[in-house]
Amino acid sequence: MSTQLAAQINSLLAAFILLTAFAMLAQRKKLAILHLFAWQGLFLSVSTAIVGFVAKSHHLYISSLLTLTLKVVVLPYILHVLIRKLKIRKEIEAVVNVPTTMLIGIALVIFSYHLTAPIRELSTLVTRSTLAVALATVMLGLLMMITRRHAVTQIIGFLAMENGLFFAATSATYGMPLVVELGVALDILIAAFIFGIFFFHINTTFDSLDVDQMARLKEED
Amino acid sequence: MSLLVLLIVPLVASLALAFIGDRKLAPEVNILGSAATLAAGVVLALGVYRNGPMLAGGNFFFVDAFNVYLAVLTSFVSVTTAVFSRRYMRREREHGTLGHRRIRFYHAMFQLFIFAMLLCLLTNNVGVLWIAMELATLSTVLLVSLYRTPSAIEAAWKYFILCGVGIALALFGTVLLYFAAEKVLGAGGEALLWTNLSTVSGQLEPTILSLAFVFLMVGYGTKVGLVPMHNWLPDAHSEGPTPISAVLSGLLLNIALYALVRCKVLVDGSTGTHHSGNIMMGFGIVSILVASFSLLRQKDIKRMFAYSSIEHMGIATFAFGLGGPVATFGALLHMLVHSLTKSAIFFTVGHASQMHRSQDMDRIKGLIRGNPLVGWGMTLGVMAIVGMPPFGVFTSEFLILTATIKDAPLMAPFLLLGLGVTFAALFRKVQPMVFGEAPEYQKRLKAAHIPVLLHMVLVLVLGLYMPRFLSDWFQTAVGILK
Repeated sequence: MSTQLAAQINSLLAAFILLTAFAMLAQRKKLAILHLFAWQGLFLSVSTAIVGFVAKSHHLYISSLLTLTLKVVVLPYILHVLIRKLKIRKEIEAVVNVPTTMLIGIALVIFSYHLTAPIRELSTLVTRSTLAVALATVMLGLLMMITRRHAVTQIIGFLAMENGLFFAATSATYGMPLVVELGVALDILIAAFIFGIFFFHINTTFDSLDVDQMARLKEED
Repeated sequence: MSLLVLLIVPLVASLALAFIGDRKLAPEVNILGSAATLAAGVVLALGVYRNGPMLAGGNFFFVDAFNVYLAVLTSFVSVTTAVFSRRYMRREREHGTLGHRRIRFYHAMFQLFIFAMLLCLLTNNVGVLWIAMELATLSTVLLVSLYRTPSAIEAAWKYFILCGVGIALALFGTVLLYFAAEKVLGAGGEALLWTNLSTVSGQLEPTILSLAFVFLMVGYGTKVGLVPMHNWLPDAHSEGPTPISAVLSGLLLNIALYALVRCKVLVDGSTGTHHSGNIMMGFGIVSILVASFSLLRQKDIKRMFAYSSIEHMGIATFAFGLGGPVATFGALLHMLVHSLTKSAIFFTVGHASQMHRSQDMDRIKGLIRGNPLVGWGMTLGVMAIVGMPPFGVFTSEFLILTATIKDAPLMAPFLLLGLGVTFAALFRKVQPMVFGEAPEYQKRLKAAHIPVLLHMVLVLVLGLYMPRFLSDWFQTAVGILK
C-alpha cells in the first residue's frame, strides 16, 4: 500500500467518523446511538492501524487494538447491559430542534477547520488534514452533551469526545507516547465503572435517568 | 528512594484499607498511612533543599522547589484531614447516615486520591500529569455522592460531567503541545518530559503553543474552579462529606493550578510574550469578583466557603498571570496559606454542622458557647482567610496587591473591591453563627482539636515570620517560573 493510498483511505475514515458524530446528534433511540458509537470506534481503530502501517510505528497497532477492545467491544457492551437492566431501551428521547443542532454542528466543523489551519500548514505528516476532523468530533461530542438531557446519551457524547481526542493524537502526531495512551485508556475504563454505578444511583433516586430532574442545587434568590 | 516511598505508601494504604474495611482500626491505619507519606515527603524535601532539583526513575519523575513544597503540603493536609475524619466519620456512622461499605469505600478512595495528587505533582511527563489529574477527579466523584441523597448525586454528576469535559479539553491541549514538541525533540516519550520541554521551549512553534494554552487554560481552569467553569465546585463542596470538602478545597484546586502554571512556563518560553499571563489575569480577576459577590447570597455554610475558595484560587491565578518575582512569590505563599486556612475552616464547619445537624447558616448559632474551640477556630480561620493581619494570608495578599499596583495599576481597584466585598460578606455571615446564646437543639460534641490548632498556628507563624528555608524555596521556585 502506497502512502498516497493510505492517506486517502484515512481521509475516507475521517469522513466516516465525522458522519457518525453527526448521526449521533440527530438520533433519538438509545440503542441506535450506541451502535453508531461502536461504529465510530471501529473507524477510529482501523484508521489508527493504517496510520501505524504508514508510519511503521508498532505502538500504534497496540493503540489500535486498545481502541478496538475498549471502544468497540467493552464500553458498548457495558452500556448495552446497563440500558437493558435499567429498562430504558424503549424510551425515546425528546430531541429539541434537530435542524438547529445540525446547523450549529456545521458551524463547529467550519470553526475547527479555521482553528487548525495554521497547524495544518506546519505539519508534514500525511494525516495532517484530518486534524480538523478530530477537533470537530470533540466539539460535536461536546454539543451532544449540552443538547441532550439523558444521562446515557450524555455519557455517549463524552465518550465520542474521547474518540475525537484519540483521533487528534494519531492524526496530528502519529500517536501519543504509549505510556500516555495506556493511562488514558485506564482512566476511561475507570470512568466507565463510575458512570455505571451512577446510572443505578440516579435511577433509584430519581426514578429516571433524565438529568432535567436534577435541578435542586442552584443559587437561591 | 523517598520519592518511591512517597508514592507507594498511599497506594498500599488504599489497598490495605479496602481490605480492612470498616474494622475498628481503619481510621488509625488511614492516619498512619498519611503520616508515613508525610515523613517520606519531608525526607524528599530535605534532599531537594540540600542537593537541588533531581530526576528519578529514568527521567519519569522530576522534583524541584516548586513541586516538592506542594507535595509536603499535600501529605501534611492529608494527615490532619485523616485525624479529623476519624471522629467525624465515626459520628456519621452513629447517626446512621453511612454504612460499613461506604466507610470502607471512603477510606480506600481517600488514600487513592492522595496518591493521584502526589503523582500529578511528581511526574515529569505532561501526559501522565493529565492522567493523574483525571484519576484524582474519578477517585473523588463517588466520594461526593457518598451520602446518596438526591442533592449529593446531582452534585457528583455535575462534578463528573463538567470536570470530565474540562479535562478532555486539557488533553487536546496536551496533544497540541506534544505535536509542537515532537518536531524539536523527536517522537517518543522524551518529547513530553517537562524538563526537556522547558530547555527547548524557545524553539517550540509559538502559534501551536498559544492555541494549546487556550485549551489547557479552559481544561485545567475548570478544575481550579475559575469562573465561568466553576459551577461544579460549590455543589461538590456542599454535598460531599466535610473531610472531602477540606481536601478538595485545600489540595485539589492547588494541584490543578500547579498543572496550569507548569504549562504556562512552556508557553511563555515559546511565545516570548505576556499573552498567556494576560489570559490568566483575566480569568483570575473575574473569578475574584464573581465569587465575592456570590458570597453575599449564600445560605449554606459549606457552599459559602466553597465560593471563598473560588475567590482565593482567582487571586493565585491572577498573581501567577501577573508574573514578576513579587507576585509569583505571593502566589506561591498564597497557595500554601490558603490551603492550610481553608482546610482548618472546613474542619470547624464539619463540627459545627454536626452539632446542629444542619448546614443552614440560620440554624447554626452560639458556636463559642457551645464549643469554644470550634467557635474560636472558625472566627480566627475567617479572620485569617479574609486577609487580616497577623495571619499568613495577609502577607501573601499584601505582596500580590503591591505587585499589582506597580505592574498593573488598572487592575488594583477590582482586586481591592473583591477583597473588600469578601471581607464584609464573610464577617456578616459568620458573626451571628459564632456569638450569642447556644440554641436548645445544639448538641455538645467532642471536637478533634489538633488539626485545627496545628493549621492555625502554622498560618499565624507564616504571617509573623517567614522561615529561611521556606523563603529560599520560594525564591528558587520563582526562578523556575520566570
